[in-house]
Amino acid sequence: MSDATLSSLKLSGDAFLAKRRRQLMVAAAVFAAVACLPLGIGDVYLQNVLILTLLYAAVSQSWNILGGYCGQISLGHALYFGIGAYAASVLFVNYDIVPWFGMVVGGVLSAALAVALGFMTFRLKGHYFAIATLVIAEIGLVLVHNWDFVGGALGIQWPFGADSIWTLQFARDKVPYFYFALGLLVVVWLVTYVIENSRWGFWWRAVKDDPEAAESLGVEVFRSKLAAAAVSAFFTAVGGGFYAAFVSYIDPESVMSFRFSLLFALPAVLGGIGTLWGAPLGAAILIPLTEITRSYLGGSGSGLDLIIYGALIMAVALAKPEGLLSLFTRKSGGKA
Amino acid sequence: MSSKILLQTLNVTQRFGGLVANSDVSVSIRRGEILGLIGPNGAGKSTLFAAISGARVPTSGSIVFEGEDITRMPAAERCRLGIARTFQVPRSFDSMSVAENVMIGAFVRHANATRARAAALEVLDYVGLDGRADATAGQLTPPEKRRLEVARAIATEPKLLLLDEVLTGLTPSEARLGMDLVRKVRDRGITVVMVEHVMEIVMQLVDRAIVLNLGKLLAEGSPADIVRNEDVITAYLGDRHRAA
Repeated sequence: MSDATLSSLKLSGDAFLAKRRRQLMVAAAVFAAVACLPLGIGDVYLQNVLILTLLYAAVSQSWNILGGYCGQISLGHALYFGIGAYAASVLFVNYDIVPWFGMVVGGVLSAALAVALGFMTFRLKGHYFAIATLVIAEIGLVLVHNWDFVGGALGIQWPFGADSIWTLQFARDKVPYFYFALGLLVVVWLVTYVIENSRWGFWWRAVKDDPEAAESLGVEVFRSKLAAAAVSAFFTAVGGGFYAAFVSYIDPESVMSFRFSLLFALPAVLGGIGTLWGAPLGAAILIPLTEITRSYLGGSGSGLDLIIYGALIMAVALAKPEGLLSLFTRKSGGKA
Repeated sequence: MSSKILLQTLNVTQRFGGLVANSDVSVSIRRGEILGLIGPNGAGKSTLFAAISGARVPTSGSIVFEGEDITRMPAAERCRLGIARTFQVPRSFDSMSVAENVMIGAFVRHANATRARAAALEVLDYVGLDGRADATAGQLTPPEKRRLEVARAIATEPKLLLLDEVLTGLTPSEARLGMDLVRKVRDRGITVVMVEHVMEIVMQLVDRAIVLNLGKLLAEGSPADIVRNEDVITAYLGDRHRAA
């Protein structure tokens, strides 16, 4: 190899590193800007919308790890969200264990369950896998409904107490929740960012594109899927635990219904699956839209927001199947 | 067993229902050679290829690689052991760049992404795709895609490279470039097995050829011997040709 080609190859590697650094700087700027939002927004309702947006961005980003990077479309992530919510609630309400710890317990339980379920479901392909995840999550919902230890259909009410960062209870001020949700999103984003340039990240994308070719190149296809499922389930459950602390009351329907599984998948699909910014972008559009339609068109008419999701997804599928993010990345010619 | 032998198939038989695609096939692949696996359509080349690459476990018989029985070993593990393959219809990872495609192969030997990238870029330079490193795999021309298949496989640092009709369907000038690449790969110390059914191309390139017909081993030897072999001529052209 000549010196000229060597240096041009090195350049290609350097350009890649520069791109990675640029992505980090963009992320720092975006997250810093978002962190300033509460300074200008005092309205509690709007703060609420912001918190939910950040939470769904974080959970959808977690979903994106399995669904977007590894290509295993799950329609049952409400199961892991519910496990996180219930783990944090049961441990706090029944055993006085702080939700910080409860969230991690929920995360570990969910990751373990995701691996166990993966042993069965990852032999299924495409639609069959998606249907299996949906059915399993529904089974989970029914089980929790009938499980008195976790409150059954009545659910669990968090006790009212003094505001404390330790118990994650803030009755008067929403802003701490905002920063927790933002923190969670930053963590999941960073995890995605690091994994994207690791062997696991590459393996996941290879599994998504062509599992047989991947296998022939030494990729452990089955183990890759299990790892992606575990990471994805872990952070989804942490989000669930936070959500429980935030709303202070959970029942099976309010954390484990199919609606949640959809709400975790849709932002990533809308923004662009398998990308760093697709899920946050999608959440920033979808969640405020959901909340606004719900409050202006009546809380009970929960059908309308679903119609809007459906229309949005159809529009994306027809016009920009790669997701909205591709509108921004096309210009530079590279992939985000 | 001589250490000159890299891989052996021992009495490999593959049945699909009533059809016997490979019947009692025992062949040896020698270290450092370019071996042609040829035969008319339906001869059982692809079936034998699948058994060696790990895509399918044969009904009976065994595959031995460097003295180790790998008959039931999954393809990913064979890859780590040093057996790589290409696909007849190129199966690139189309959402990734050309360099990233090759990195997937390089990750078998390098856990670290920076090192895998460096190894991938070096391989791309070696196969003459260095100018296309940042292109999306989906943008490549068909001959470039074949080259990418080979690059990905080489990046796994194999001892044995299995090429599934890499030269088929190329124009004569593209095929010549392809042949140069195969020789280059062998010069890197990699043993090459190529499945082809176009005799003219293979015979200029291989050191030795194995001919399958109707699932059975028909002939084995140097290209010069093979093209004069009466059984081979009959298998390819039919009895009438010989009579004429």
